[in-house]
Parts: sequence; structure tokens; C-alpha cells
Amino acid sequence: MEFLNGLVFLTNFVIVPALAYGAQLAIGALGVTLVYAILRFSNFAHGDTMAFGTAVTIKVTAVLVGIGVTLGPLPTALLALPVGIAATGLLVLGTDWLVYKFYRVQKAKPVILVIVSLGVMFVLNGLTRVFIGVRDIQFADGARFVITVQQFKAATGLDEGLAIRTTQAITMVTAAITVAALFWFLNKTRTGKSMRAFSDNEDLALLSGIDPDRVVRVTWLIVAALATIAGVLYGLDKSFKAFTYFQLLLPIFAAAIVGGIGNPVGAIAGGFLIAFAEVTVTYPLKKVLTYWLPESMAPEGLVQLLSGDYKFAVSFMILLIVLLFKPTGLFKGQSI
Amino acid sequence: MNKLLLATAATALMTGAAFAESHTGDVKIGIELGFTGPLESITPAMGAGADMAIAEVNAAGTLLDGATVTAIRADSTCIDAGAASAAAEGLVTGDMVNAIMGADCSGVTGAILQNVARPNGIVMISPSATSPALSTAEDDGLFFRTAPSDARQGVVMTEVLMDRDIKTVALTYTNNDYGKGLADAFQAAFEAAGGTVTISAAHEDGKGDYSSEVAALAAAGGDVLVVAGYTDQGGKGIIQNSLDTGAFDTFVLPDGMVGQQLVDDIGEGLNGSFGQFPGTDSQGAELFQAMATEAGFDGTGAFAPESYDAAALIMLAMEAAGSNQSADFKGKVMDVANAPGTEIFPGELAKGIELLKAGEDIDYVGATAVELIGEGESAGNYREIEIKDGKIETVKFR
Repeated sequence: MEFLNGLVFLTNFVIVPALAYGAQLAIGALGVTLVYAILRFSNFAHGDTMAFGTAVTIKVTAVLVGIGVTLGPLPTALLALPVGIAATGLLVLGTDWLVYKFYRVQKAKPVILVIVSLGVMFVLNGLTRVFIGVRDIQFADGARFVITVQQFKAATGLDEGLAIRTTQAITMVTAAITVAALFWFLNKTRTGKSMRAFSDNEDLALLSGIDPDRVVRVTWLIVAALATIAGVLYGLDKSFKAFTYFQLLLPIFAAAIVGGIGNPVGAIAGGFLIAFAEVTVTYPLKKVLTYWLPESMAPEGLVQLLSGDYKFAVSFMILLIVLLFKPTGLFKGQSI
Repeated sequence: MNKLLLATAATALMTGAAFAESHTGDVKIGIELGFTGPLESITPAMGAGADMAIAEVNAAGTLLDGATVTAIRADSTCIDAGAASAAAEGLVTGDMVNAIMGADCSGVTGAILQNVARPNGIVMISPSATSPALSTAEDDGLFFRTAPSDARQGVVMTEVLMDRDIKTVALTYTNNDYGKGLADAFQAAFEAAGGTVTISAAHEDGKGDYSSEVAALAAAGGDVLVVAGYTDQGGKGIIQNSLDTGAFDTFVLPDGMVGQQLVDDIGEGLNGSFGQFPGTDSQGAELFQAMATEAGFDGTGAFAPESYDAAALIMLAMEAAGSNQSADFKGKVMDVANAPGTEIFPGELAKGIELLKAGEDIDYVGATAVELIGEGESAGNYREIEIKDGKIETVKFR
């Protein structure tokens, strides 16, 4: 019983939040990694692409709710998501045509494209703010919980409760579907295979008759879909604020690089690794150990590895350690 | 060339005239508040409070034998010490103000005091800077505040908790001068009273995800969670996440966290939480509300009464000294604010000026029962509140 209580406590405060956050990071990192693998640069505008997609989804959600269309217990935003993806798709294709194409034709060095994406980031940043404002926006409707702390306690008779929010459950399910669909696309379809070929060896791919413009277009569309899904899931689970998406850029890049940039499996593993690291390294084990250890050994202090103030440093530390010992990331990605 | 010379001479003459004018005659008061930035939602009412005091004195027209008082606004931004100092420098050297009503946030207030007020010898009265660090800052006798130090709030919050028989708390604060100052003051007072603070953890504002912060707070445990943050920033995120995960169900809300918006956003979960913010049941508060309603702004806004009092104190001290120069009237601020003397309430500034002119003592009570202690800061009256059925209700005054 004591052991179960400790386990439930740990699940409620560490495992469930970290799983949801990890899934959001993983989808974000997949987008970054695809751009890197196929277009060969680090896209700093990814965080703000997420913010833009989410902002469009929020507006459409508001319209849907206004005319009385809802999804019952599920958030209406899921219904608005395809519109958000379409709008973001148009936006990134427009950006590519207006900005990136010029540098691609010139065969500019990756570092130039990185700086260009930084410029795009600032523009998108402003666009999103003009479009939806800087306020904190909650747009999750429907049922808030799958199970609440009180319901869990009543059902199991344990002292500690476990809450699972609807948005956390939706995040996990959507993430699983998205990842499965992406891998199916990359491995089984003709377009997916041509994208992988283009990523592995551009010259050979061109020689075998793959249309580079088509690969670029499809890549951008997939990236737009991934960015919007990640952004909406994050916004549903927390809340939307233009500024927080900009800040997500660091953990997303950390996830992509740790996993091995350019490698989709690595991006997913990296996302969960960074999420768990952020939550667990700063987590005080006092209460869990009090449940798990015999009474005489119960800890007095907090048993906390690092104070919460150092949370931001955790992503950086992992990044440094991985780059020092395994420069291509945990899974074999491209070295940077 | 001739024209240039002429222009230069004319400019020099004009500057000279302006300079001379600033020593006698009309009075200029700089109102420096965060009209943009994190406090932009409450500063309009604060500015209006100060304007109302100035309008009242101008209507009477008796200050310093008929001087007109002009208010000049500047933006403190609340967070950018460089911008705030530059704006204050502009007020002092450009607009030639005689005193500054401001600033609002503790960080920028300290910066303006050291960078502008002291070098230029200008009196500053802040309506809302509450950091305990400002009590001991070097000020050459130029700095006062009509808001109490958070050291006092820490003691009041301890009393509120002890009266409810709560002995262990977890504590989280927003990572800035205000949050850190209040958290340290509270922890010291609470532990001295025999309470236990299980954890004191900072949180950053403006993030989406507070689950790891809440995880740490929950692991440390405590009967209630003290949240020294802001209603629309990290404070709200922490409370929402704590309720979702069942980490805490009762919260203690200091001044930055008391706001109807928070109660509306969180909903039912906040019922039963309690806290305190500066407030008084003196009749001055009611008089001020009535005047504010008439003037067309919200007199219940945080620190609006304090702003009225800050501006009023500046002008009354000038009258007491018979001069609009900071060096002359800085010594009179404490005299007019405290007993002995005739009590002066909001709306009675003209009466105060008359009494001072006649050489009598006054005791400015104002909208917030002003009583300056120590180095010149409000002794502090607090309103203890509890959230009941989605409403902020006053329990009592402390």
C-alpha cells in the first residue's frame, strides 16, 4: 500500500506531466529534424510557426463555438485543427517561395539559411502578435478531466490521488497517431521514399529523376502540419501565449540534437528525454522516499538534486554532454 | 552667422528664464509610473489618483500664494531600470520637475532613486514600491513611500496564518525584487512565530508549463501554498496546476495575487483561499472612493489611493516649507504626514494648506490612513480577505 501510494504520487506529479510535455516536444522536434534532414538548415522560425498555427486554430475554434459546433467532451480545437494546418501550410510555402528559395537557388551555406530563418522568426513573431494579441488565451473546452484526484481516491482507496486531464490524454493519442502516420508516409509511400533519398544523397536523388521542388513542397507541408499539431496540443494542455512558443525553441532544439538531428526516431526519443530530465532533475524525492523507505530511514531534507531555479540549465547540460561524447546524437543523426 | 548667434542667444535667454521660473512660482510634479509593461492595467487609476489631488489643489489656488501645479507623466516600464532612469532624468533636467510621484515597481524605483533623485536632490514619493530593501537604501532623506514595506506584509500574513492555526506552508514566489523580498520577509516572520516553511521556490513569469514547479512544491508538502506572484502570470499557472493535480487546495494570496480576474479565471477551486492586501477601514478610504467615482475612475484599483496620498503629501510639504524646492521641503514630509495636528482627509487639501499657512500643525490621514514610520514609509494597514462563492470578501482589517 505504501509502495502504491508512492508510485501514484510519482505518476501524478512526474510521469503524467512529463509524458504529455515529452510528446509535445517530440512532435515539435520532428518538424525541426525534417527541415534539417531535407532542406539542410536549422529552422529557428519553428517555434513561431507553431504559434501561428495555434493562433489560426484558436480563431477558427472561436467561430465554431460561436455557431454552436462543439465536440462534446473533446476540445473543439481538434475540429479546427485541419484549418489551422492548411493556413500554416500556405504560410510556410509562401515563406519558402518569398525567402528561402532565393538562397536555395544560390546554394547558400547552411549558416546563412539559419540567419535567414532567424529573420523569418522575428517577422512571424510580429505577425502572430498582430493577428491574435499577446494575452494569455485558454481555448480548451469540453470535459477538463478524464479522472480527477477525488475520483481516483474514491475508486482505489489510496491516500494519494492521480489526475489525468483530457488534454494530456488527447496529447498522447494524437502524438501516437501523428508519429505512426509520419513513419508510414516516410517508409511506405513513393513521395516519402523520395524524400528520404533526397535527404541521404541529394545528387543521386536528382540523377534518379526525383523532382526537388516537389520534395521541398511536401516537406514544408508536413512541417506545417507537425508544427500546428504540436502547438495546438501544447496550447490546449497549458494555455496559449505568443511568447511561450518562442521559449519552446530551446527544449525543441535540444530534443532534436540530443536524439540525433535529421533522424525522426531520435527526435521522439530526444523529446521524452528532455521532458523527463527537466521534471526529474529538479524533483524533490522527499515524499516518495517517505512512502518507500522504512520509517527510520525517512529523509529530513527535500532530497532534491538541483533547485528549480536551474531548470533551464538542464536542457543545456544534456546538450553539452551528448555533443561532447556522441556528436551525432544518441541515434545516428547527421553531425553538426 | 548672425542668425545663428541670435538664435543661440535667444535659446540661452529662454533657458535662463525657465530656470529662474523653476525656483519660484509654479510647481511641476513628475508622475512616473509603468504606463506600459506588467502593471499597465493598474497604472491608469494610479495616475488618475495623483491627478485628482493636483486638480483639487489647483481648484483652491492657494498653494504657495497662488502657484499652479502641473503634472508631467513619464513611463517607468516597471521592469527596465535603464528606460525608467532615462525617463526620470528627462523629467528632472528637461521638464524641471520639483518632485517625482513614483515610481511603481520596486526595482525601477530603486534605480531612479540612486541614478536620478539623489544626484539631483529631488524628492520622490512612491505609492507602490514595497520591497523591504528600499527601507535601508541610501536616500539622503529624499525618498518616501505611501505603501508599506513587504517586511510588514510578511508579519501580517504570518498573523493571518497563525490565527487560522496553520503551521506548515509551502512558498513560491515570482523571481523578481518584489517576489523575493516578500518571500524572504514572510519566511523570516513565519519561522520566528514557530511556523515551518517546507520549501521556498522561485517561479518564472510568462511560461506555459508549471508542472515541474508544482511537482517540487507538492513533494515538499504543507497545509497551504503561499503564492507571492501576479494574478495574470506565473502565480495563476501555479494555482491552476496545483488544483489540477490535487497538490494543494488552499492558497494564501498576498497583494499581487488579489484580483477579481484571478477568481473568475480559476473558478470554484479558489473558494476558501485567503490573503491580504493594503487597505484600511478609515473614513478617508470611503471619501476617496466617492471622489474617484465622481472623477470617473476606479478608486478601488490597487494603489490608486496611495497615489493620491503621495501627490497630496508632496504639495502639503511644499506649503509647510514655503518653498517648492526639494532641499527645503524634504524635511517637512514626515511632519505633515504624522501627528500631532489637525487630521486632513481626502477632499480637504485646501483646508490643510490654509492651516499650514496659518502656522498650525496638520496630520495628513488621506485615503490610506497615512502614518510614516522609520525612514519614511507607510506603517501599513491591511485588509484580510477570503474567497467565498467566487467573490473577494473582507474578513477584517489588520
